[in-house]
Amino acid sequence: MKNKRSIKDLLKGSGVTYGMVILAYVLVEIALKTGNISSLMQGLLVPLCIYSILAVSLNLVVGISGELSLGHAGFMCVGAFSGALFSKALKGMINPTVSLIIAIIIGAAVAAVFGILIGIPVLRLRGDYLAIVTLAFGEIIKNIINAIYLGVDSSGIHFSMKSEVALKLDAEGTVLIKGAQGITGTPQASTFTIGVILLLITLFIVINLVNSRTGRAIMAIRDNRIAAESIGLPITKYKLLAFTVSAALAGVAGVLYAHNLTTLAALPKNFGYNQSIMILVFVVLGGIGNVRGSVIAAVVLTLLPELLRGLNNYRMLIYAIVLIAMMLFNSSPKAIELRERFADSFKKKTAKKEVA
Amino acid sequence: MAAPMLEVKSLSISFGGLKAVDSFDVTIDKGQLYGLIGPNGAGKTTIFNLLTGVYKPDTGSIVLDGKNITGKKTTEINQCGIARTFQNIRLFKDLTVLDNVKAGLHNSHPYSTLTGIFRLPKYYKVEKEMNEKAMKLLKVFDLDKESHYKASNLPYGKQRKLEIARALATDPKLLLLDEPAAGMNPNETAELMDTIRFVRKEFNMTILLIEHDMKLVSGICERLTVLNFGQVLASGETSQVLNNPQVITAYLGE
Amino acid sequence: MSFLSYLISGISLGSVYAIIALGYTMVYGIAKMLNFAHGDIIMVGGYMVFIVVSTMGMPPAAGILTAVVVCTLLGVTVERIAYKPLRGASPLAVLITAIGVSYLLQNLALLLWGADTKAFTSVVAIEPLRLAEGQLMITGETIVTITTCIVVMVTLTAFINKTKTGQAMLAVSEDKGAATLMGINVNRTIAITFAIGSALAAVAGVLLCSAYPSLTPYTGAMPGIKAFVAAVFGGIGSIPGAMIGGILLGVIENLSKAYISSQLSDAIVFSVLIIVLLVRPTGIMGKKISEKV
Repeated sequence: MKNKRSIKDLLKGSGVTYGMVILAYVLVEIALKTGNISSLMQGLLVPLCIYSILAVSLNLVVGISGELSLGHAGFMCVGAFSGALFSKALKGMINPTVSLIIAIIIGAAVAAVFGILIGIPVLRLRGDYLAIVTLAFGEIIKNIINAIYLGVDSSGIHFSMKSEVALKLDAEGTVLIKGAQGITGTPQASTFTIGVILLLITLFIVINLVNSRTGRAIMAIRDNRIAAESIGLPITKYKLLAFTVSAALAGVAGVLYAHNLTTLAALPKNFGYNQSIMILVFVVLGGIGNVRGSVIAAVVLTLLPELLRGLNNYRMLIYAIVLIAMMLFNSSPKAIELRERFADSFKKKTAKKEVA
Repeated sequence: MAAPMLEVKSLSISFGGLKAVDSFDVTIDKGQLYGLIGPNGAGKTTIFNLLTGVYKPDTGSIVLDGKNITGKKTTEINQCGIARTFQNIRLFKDLTVLDNVKAGLHNSHPYSTLTGIFRLPKYYKVEKEMNEKAMKLLKVFDLDKESHYKASNLPYGKQRKLEIARALATDPKLLLLDEPAAGMNPNETAELMDTIRFVRKEFNMTILLIEHDMKLVSGICERLTVLNFGQVLASGETSQVLNNPQVITAYLGE
Repeated sequence: MSFLSYLISGISLGSVYAIIALGYTMVYGIAKMLNFAHGDIIMVGGYMVFIVVSTMGMPPAAGILTAVVVCTLLGVTVERIAYKPLRGASPLAVLITAIGVSYLLQNLALLLWGADTKAFTSVVAIEPLRLAEGQLMITGETIVTITTCIVVMVTLTAFINKTKTGQAMLAVSEDKGAATLMGINVNRTIAITFAIGSALAAVAGVLLCSAYPSLTPYTGAMPGIKAFVAAVFGGIGSIPGAMIGGILLGVIENLSKAYISSQLSDAIVFSVLIIVLLVRPTGIMGKKISEKV
């Protein structure tokens, strides 16, 4: 009987997560309709969805599979560029919504392929070594994309790693990717509604994956690799599966990102290791393995610097201090002990009151 | 006579020049309860690691139920039918007790990842079967009331039992128990002996166990092999082996 | 000739990486943490010299001394406030805290000294060395950097092998619990490690800014990451490893900038790291670790 109840509890738990997202969506839509939302906030709506998707998908690797990855932005980058390239190439030829959906599928697929290609060699490494290698891969991806020139004309597709001139396009040819300047003129098709739908799909995939036979195997491997082997679980298969699904979802976030801007360029700010670290911060502060926490942390920490905008130069400083303080409060053994003692005395007090 | 469940011939491995296991032989018949004893450092756990593919043997062969499994990977060996427990308990500590056993049922109860994500009817059907089977196993070990506990929150003795339950969930032909009574008090040990006997009868299991507790060994094992410095010192029927003067001097003390 | 000159400037850049990597590796070996803020200590060192020498007009020696003292104090303070309370917490929590410290230092620098690039005046006053009838020029900065690197390496090795504190460091890096039982003050040893690592970072900052004379609040970040890569490359926790890793990294970076593509040089550096780790999962000089079953 007990396990039936625990399954119900679980459903209730994920129900809260979906409900939270939908409620936030409805409230924002009402505020938009009644004009109660600043243009600054409006500009943040799609990024909030992007960061939430990134955080939830990274949690699959860091929290559920237990591997430290610092290259998540690299997969986002691959997804963004492949999706944007498709949209730019077919701009005006098909319905924009259909085009975006196809772009999302392409972005996810390409990021997944990169996830597999990188995951196969890398997942043999452990801990900090895996962290540095994923960071390296993220930087390599960003670096290479910055060196790519791609154009198309009547004679076909032209590719170069040197310069625009080296493409040797004829007069009617168009440049699709222009090295460090990236892709310009991608249709701005991303909307808050699409972002929320994609976030809900991401949550659906991750939550259901975790609460299935596959998720159980992934977590078993995380908890004890040797024991997992001893009961016949294929280690590489499941580690790679988690890594690939995570990469594909990061690719989706990338496509959403690319279609939220007119110009897409691979900068250290958006696709560098700092971005990967930022996503990791969301995951850790939201709670390792806690999907709902990832969404909340992504939203709060994306809004925080904006809310502090009035403080101008001090805002990132405050952000840094808040980050350190939260980590000390959440994770320091002394703080945990103090909190527990406080909770205990609180319980005792309420118990006394009840007696009285 | 039926073919043996396990036939090991001249198994050897050395680590940096030291022969940890030196031409080890053993034959275990189907349904037998076999004991492996010896002083600390004699190479008992190394033999378990060789049998389960954690280490690759330098020489020798391992045949399980007529099938040569020498040199196979741990995961494959489990799928061939060997399951084990560990001397230093290795549970999936953040999973529930129930999920620990269900992880053991993983290979016998397949459905695809997509079935899981999209919650197709097969997901509900297979998960229900897994739950029922896992609860049945937990009941054998008197763990059914703790099924929703986190594994790391179980008391020590129950953690040992959960490890056995998880191993049994993989439906093995041969079960390897590495010091199952370590850290248990006499009452718990007596109870464990009953459980092991029950498991053998109920699941028609062949069991090889390492143990230091002589009461347990003499109480339930039919045959014994004594290991000393990586070599077989004696093997045979339990009562004979335990009365062997060589064994008494080498292992049980003067 | 040009190959030789690229090689020498590569060794010079690599020597800076090596000095930073030494700090990384020592802290990792002893506190088992990736100190992401290590790179930003370099930046602080650079600003100290800039203020003392360029703004206040004092001699370079005073600038270097100030940088070393300030960075050492900074390193120890950061350890005391942000990392020490987290001893025994999950490595991930410590990593995120270090990232927070990195943000903090960068933004403090931004507030105090502004975002504009400062033109750094080299602290080296040695004439460049001209060889092979003037075809090969070795700058004073290169000579000083490589010399400093060798001196640091020799001193550090002697310190660890010959002094009591050095032995205590080795003991703590092997096993904290056992070191405590042997009467070693673990907290003090870790603090000393941070002090040494930060002092080295200050030195590296001075050398880096002398060779590449532009200074911003983000100057330390990328060299920090590169040095971290160098430390992993050589086998994290190993002092000769950090040295070899750092120099190899500098040489590979410079040669690929010269002969392949300056845009792809970082990609090439990181690719070499990945290949090395795939062949030797714990780096060139790293120890093999295996889990006991």
